[in-house]
Amino acid sequence: MNKHIGRRDLLRAGGWGLAAATAGSLFGACGAGGRPGGSSEVGITGNTVKIGAHFPLTGVAAPGYSDIPTGTKAYFDYVNAHGGVNGRKIEYIFRDDAYNPSNTSQVVNELVLQDQVFAIVGGLGTAPHSAVLDFLNSEGVPDLFVSSGSLLWDQPKKNPYTFGWQPDYEVEGKIIGRYVHRNMPNARVGLFLQDDDFGDDGEKGARAYLGDQVVAAQRYVSGNTDVAPQIAALQAAGADLVLGFNVPSYTALSQLASLKLNYRPQWFYSNVGSDPALVGSLLSRFSKGEVSGASMLDGVITTEYLAGVEEADDPWVELWQQVWDAHGGEGELTNFRLYGMAEAYTFVQTLQAAGPDPTRDGLVAALEKVGAELQGPGLAPFRYSGDSHAGMAGVKVSRLAGNSTEKLSPVFVTDNGKAEITEYTGRNPGPPPNGIPSVEPVG
Amino acid sequence: MVAPTAVPRGAATTMSEPLIEGIAGRNRRTMQQFLNVALNGLSQGAIYAAFALALVLIWRSTRIINFAQGSMGMFTTYIALALIESGRSYWVGFAVALLAGLLLGALVERLVIRRVEGGPELNAVIVTLGLFVALQALAAILFGATYRSFPAPFGLHGFDVGGVNIALTPFNLFAIGAVVVVMLALVALFRFTDVGLRMRASAFNQEVSRLLGVPVGRMLTLGWALAAMVGSLSGLLIAGGSLVFPAYMDAVIVYGFVAAVLGGLDSPVGAVVGGLVMGMTLSVVSGYLGSELVALAALAILVTVLLVRPRGLFSRTAVRQV
Amino acid sequence: MVSLVAGVRRRLPASTLGRNLLLVLAALVVVVLLLELTDPFRNSQLATMSYYAIAAAGLTVLTGLNGQISLGHGALMAVGAYAMGLLLNTGVVPFPLAMLAAAAVTAVVGVVVGAAAARLHGPYLAGATLALAIGVPGLAIHFDGVFGGEQGLQISSPRPPDWFADVIYFLFANEAGSAKYFAYIGWLTLLAVLLLLSNLVASRYGRVWRAIRDDEVAAELAGVPLGRLRVLAFVVSAACAGLAGAVLGIVVRLAAPSGFTIVLSLSLLTAVVVGGLGSLGGALLGSALLVFLPPAVTGLGMQAGLTGVQAAQLAPLAYGVVLVTVMLLAPGGAMGIARALWHARPRRRFAQQPANTHRMDEEPSTTDATEPGGRT
Repeated sequence: MNKHIGRRDLLRAGGWGLAAATAGSLFGACGAGGRPGGSSEVGITGNTVKIGAHFPLTGVAAPGYSDIPTGTKAYFDYVNAHGGVNGRKIEYIFRDDAYNPSNTSQVVNELVLQDQVFAIVGGLGTAPHSAVLDFLNSEGVPDLFVSSGSLLWDQPKKNPYTFGWQPDYEVEGKIIGRYVHRNMPNARVGLFLQDDDFGDDGEKGARAYLGDQVVAAQRYVSGNTDVAPQIAALQAAGADLVLGFNVPSYTALSQLASLKLNYRPQWFYSNVGSDPALVGSLLSRFSKGEVSGASMLDGVITTEYLAGVEEADDPWVELWQQVWDAHGGEGELTNFRLYGMAEAYTFVQTLQAAGPDPTRDGLVAALEKVGAELQGPGLAPFRYSGDSHAGMAGVKVSRLAGNSTEKLSPVFVTDNGKAEITEYTGRNPGPPPNGIPSVEPVG
Repeated sequence: MVAPTAVPRGAATTMSEPLIEGIAGRNRRTMQQFLNVALNGLSQGAIYAAFALALVLIWRSTRIINFAQGSMGMFTTYIALALIESGRSYWVGFAVALLAGLLLGALVERLVIRRVEGGPELNAVIVTLGLFVALQALAAILFGATYRSFPAPFGLHGFDVGGVNIALTPFNLFAIGAVVVVMLALVALFRFTDVGLRMRASAFNQEVSRLLGVPVGRMLTLGWALAAMVGSLSGLLIAGGSLVFPAYMDAVIVYGFVAAVLGGLDSPVGAVVGGLVMGMTLSVVSGYLGSELVALAALAILVTVLLVRPRGLFSRTAVRQV
Repeated sequence: MVSLVAGVRRRLPASTLGRNLLLVLAALVVVVLLLELTDPFRNSQLATMSYYAIAAAGLTVLTGLNGQISLGHGALMAVGAYAMGLLLNTGVVPFPLAMLAAAAVTAVVGVVVGAAAARLHGPYLAGATLALAIGVPGLAIHFDGVFGGEQGLQISSPRPPDWFADVIYFLFANEAGSAKYFAYIGWLTLLAVLLLLSNLVASRYGRVWRAIRDDEVAAELAGVPLGRLRVLAFVVSAACAGLAGAVLGIVVRLAAPSGFTIVLSLSLLTAVVVGGLGSLGGALLGSALLVFLPPAVTGLGMQAGLTGVQAAQLAPLAYGVVLVTVMLLAPGGAMGIARALWHARPRRRFAQQPANTHRMDEEPSTTDATEPGGRT
């Protein structure tokens, strides 16, 4: 905008100057007022930091996803109860977009322009969030930890304020593909894919290693709960290993369909879909004794980048349970809530790194600088740097057994495209004793 | 884990024994797939049929399409779920849901529909759409917007007959049986009972019916109550052994409507046949063309029927304005 | 603002075109003041309102004047938005041209849908258009190479040009961000649409449409080509929906199937019913409700102690309850009530009073209650 000032001054000096001055004095006072300048940053006061997010709380995408912000809020409440970050309490506002991009655009406008949030944290969904990508970046609002594994969030040149968080679907697909290729070289692989970028990127990653092992790929559209035709097609193609890039409810539905079809392949669900606690509880209630809950998922292979609620004695899960018991609302701790808490944890780390007087640009710079070294609940490190805004670098492969998981591989890390897959040797030190990170400010 | 008859990939040069077996196996699997998809369509179709029956019943008694039917069925299914989760048996929940449907139907007719009956047909459409939206939001507030599993009283495994899989579960058979029973009961009601005759008369011409001593108001209420009960049944049948969430009936509204129109909107038999045709067609479309095209296929069927044979396949009415 | 417009309108003399032009000019001044006096967030809400209002104005002509219901206008908006996106993303088509093209493409789709719809009545038409609303988004997923699939088609919206920023700064000393620019695009389009529609409604076509709605048989006996006029109403309405979709595309910068669910179609219907079927002013009022009601009721719900997740459901609940209540208690909607108050005079009006039949949101029937559906 600065480049116009000169011309405007000329204009104002011209014949219409009087009119402009009058109009200016009439409307100027009531106008937008522009951005607060000086030392005080938008959304930050001496004792609060205000951040926002958009989630589907109504409509068809609400089941499951609407849990995430309740987890995030519980963790922020926990941090606030322990004094906040640098003496500032985190005010977290989440608004409903019903998974509709038009609504997302509206509520994010509201968050940024009306509520004046400092940053957007954890906004969910590829399509909804793409609608606000331009807006957030042109306004210079940090857009951290988008709750989606799309590759869109890693474009630091075009979208310098946007960061991914979870391992993207392509990276996960690559690690899964190589694992299957090495350990089950004779498997005839059928792909069960959600019909969006989740399925597409996962398929791309998996096919990079499985090329000629894939015998069929079937896609389902969210909302159509009858997946028996898709499963029947996988069965007909002779797939003896089904690799699912699908959400948890569709794990339950695909299991039910395969019961009906008497189809018993080896199941391999990517991280999103495995959620044994949720799927198990869904399945166990269907039929008295007929389907015995989690045991139906016994032997299912999956990947992990966070310990889930089924691993009750993992130190991170113990922390999340403690947080949820103290600050959660109704309902139990679920993996969705746990996901929300883990994102909140990373945000607290980032805010600490940005120092005692955080600015929007400072927050982004701090994350680029120390993001790759942050130690948190994630099993693999983040890929954050000046050139990369991609989230976690990898996953480990594990097998569900009863109410826990059995490790099948170490944590593998890689990057998009042709990057090699390597073993990650770092160890997760577990949460700090008080459950709150302490990251040094970036100098 | 890996099937022993798997076709060797790569440079298989000669027509070896396993390869021939592989081809035969592939043909067998292709046939099996078609059978599975068709039978799956049959069980889905039974559900659409149940929903279409509810629409037909209301159409026959008040000449209104109840777009709130899905939400009403969803709501009563949640009542059943609450009972079952509190430890009652499936059948207690089942019976209470049907009774709740009966009551809800009567209430909706007396409190809301009565005031738009006989008025511009658009007003009735808008009112039922309003009920549809409101009930769905109310259910989300009361019961939560998460996925819940709804139990089934029978098994969920398909049958295996001599190595051929029959993709019907005992619960599917129960659903199909229930739909056939309801259809027969409705046919009997309309054809053989006085009440049925009065209901038809009230819908056909209110003034004449009143002159002949038919308690028209009560007949209309009864029609809605019965229809809502059938709607609740369809809600329970869709939910059984699957996931429920406040919007789980949305697609069924459209598919059930198309099924009812296909059958002629005032024929119970037509509704069931229409439902089964819809179920099979949509299952085949989903299995062979892609699940994103299912809703479009429903639209195509509807438009074709309305343009080619607007009276539907089974309607007896000589002239029908659509 | 609406009541202001309505108030001014009543004091103006007859000549329809001239009066409507004058009205639009007055409205333009009001819009500029409104956009310049409010903050960027209100600007963005007003931009959203503009595309709802464009679509609702088209729908109210179809449903209110011609008695055809459509639950498929969300799908038609999708056609407009995708057409807009594809054209803008070529990088060579200027956006006003792209908007016109999007409207034209949707109008063509409207011919096809309208031809089928012209043969259908009330509930049948409702069901068929409902099927359209849920069916069409599937196309965007099936042909994902062109339309971007589930994650949608990113749209390169026009950036506010320098001259725009200069003019705004020169006149009002305000900064001109993209929210403001989009709001201007939306509202200028809306005013143009309202001008065209109000003239159309007052024309011979408007009268014939109302005649068809009120008594089909009589209209046919009078030599009205029913089918063709019904299709025409649908095409006009579809063109508006397409234009609305185009504005949506610019404002949201994305066209995705999840943006055009049945909820959108039902929201549009809510807007026209609440505002008053057949009334352009009502469409405007109803669209304002769609934008400003959800944050308000969600806020109230939170204050009342509901969780965020529960409070979010209050907006759809309010829509549903309002739809039912309006239909039962005041089928003429807000504008119907306003008219009833205005005309609460001892003498009863007659339908053939010329001053009345020329009024764009006037009902020709002898009661103030709107009776949109054609009786069979």
